[in-house]
Amino acid sequence: MEFGPHLMLAVLEGLVQASVLTLTALGLSLVFGVMRVVNVAHGEFFMLGAVLAWWITSLLGGGAGLAFAAALVGAPLMVGAIAALADWLVLRRVAYDPERTIVATIGLLYIFQQITLMTFGPDARPVPPPFNTRLALPWFEWGEGGIALYWPWGLSITSYKLFVIAAAPVVLVALWLVMTRTRLGLVLRATRIDSETARAFAIPVEQVYALVFGIGAALAALGAVLVVPIRQAHYLMGADPLLLSFIVVIIGGLGSLRGTVLAAVLIGMSDGIISVFFTPTLAKIFATLVVAMVLVARPGGLFGERRT
Amino acid sequence: MLKVEAIDAAYGRVQVLRGLSITARAGEILCLLGRNGAGKTTLLKAIMGLVPVTGGGITLDGTEITALPAHRIPRLGIGYIPQGRRLFGELTVAENIEIGLMAGRQDRETRARVLALFPRLGERLGQRADTLSGGEQQMLATARALCLGPKLLLLDEPTEGLQPSMIALIREVVREMRARGVAVVLVEQRVDAVLEVADRVVFIENGRTALDTAPEELRTNPALLHRHVGV
Repeated sequence: MEFGPHLMLAVLEGLVQASVLTLTALGLSLVFGVMRVVNVAHGEFFMLGAVLAWWITSLLGGGAGLAFAAALVGAPLMVGAIAALADWLVLRRVAYDPERTIVATIGLLYIFQQITLMTFGPDARPVPPPFNTRLALPWFEWGEGGIALYWPWGLSITSYKLFVIAAAPVVLVALWLVMTRTRLGLVLRATRIDSETARAFAIPVEQVYALVFGIGAALAALGAVLVVPIRQAHYLMGADPLLLSFIVVIIGGLGSLRGTVLAAVLIGMSDGIISVFFTPTLAKIFATLVVAMVLVARPGGLFGERRT
Repeated sequence: MLKVEAIDAAYGRVQVLRGLSITARAGEILCLLGRNGAGKTTLLKAIMGLVPVTGGGITLDGTEITALPAHRIPRLGIGYIPQGRRLFGELTVAENIEIGLMAGRQDRETRARVLALFPRLGERLGQRADTLSGGEQQMLATARALCLGPKLLLLDEPTEGLQPSMIALIREVVREMRARGVAVVLVEQRVDAVLEVADRVVFIENGRTALDTAPEELRTNPALLHRHVGV
């Protein structure tokens, strides 16, 4: 394949990666922004989302579309509930202390991983996509009569991957509307800015934290449900999303949702493109280098927030 | 109305309040005076449930509030204007006011009434709170607390760093609240401001109540001021 069509293919793969990473990193950023908790178990919520998606689709069987729709709604809700329970059982007990929550979430990481290994087993499990039509894509070339379209062999994308690419903007807009247009969003933003004053104005900060921890985990799980028909569910699959999410959140600026989205697109695209042209390992090396350079140039990240 | 009886409070191992007692009645302005670090701000935070009380008790209209979670205390009708205003800086004026309304489960009528007290805020509803001038920020902090529809209002150095016209406005609002039967507890550093509005003055020293007196007493006996606050 020529370079142009090959690049387009890589960009599309990058957009799939960026879409999933945006949702996953947004969850991590939301949790850090509101709760000041560095959630090391975030990748495991991603993994749980994928595993529960497999479980739900296996349980329902039948039509792939209906089973997948149930997983798309059910798995994030279940993971969100598990996270809220973990918040209540663990994080609240350590008073959301920044250092102790790091240790606590490392503990949660191993607990979730081992429970999944014991119940789900070590094998990777596939989830059938609800639809998977291959769509051939055109490319162009300069001919004597101007631009001419043609259909290069191998330049195509599945309808499911297009769905994944479209899903992130839809979720982002929904989240933005909730944050800016609803009372719940107002409460979340007030808590993020000043939790003590929020308490003095009747905001139940502990309940807000449990909700935010749940929403953060549910976003990771949603990303996982979207990607699991492409990559399969496995009990060790949380490590990569965790690493990339941390990279994204650091580049974007800790707690900045706008920066997180921008950095997720940047890192997701570069990860996808480099993986197609070279190797996934090189893509991770590149992302880590970008983090190092951003930290040198702008220690607070691209959109590091000013704290009042 | 408010009864604080022999409370102890600490930040970790640092004991700040040691058996402190005060009372505030409906339609009365109680001013708290004391040197820096005496425990005035900690007392207000303890009433709001923001600092754990380790001994003694606090009641509001006979209801024990000492052990209540902090977020349930404003619902009882306690409005708090913290030191340094502590606005939600990234939120707009309208959103800060909305937080106050939500805290007291108040309606649009309350909002209109409060904005009538501070017409300038009405012109800046869409502006971010941290872009307001110092005086406007104090107006907003006061408006946010009033939107809760309080029967007890706690103000922590509301005139700090304000120009005279703004101080006069805050004073007027405090008097207005008293006229409506609200109990006001005012922490102030400026003795002249205290003497102008106070119905009663309590001096706090080392976390204890040192003196509970009338402002007239302070006017006739300035030595008291010198002894307790060094002016």
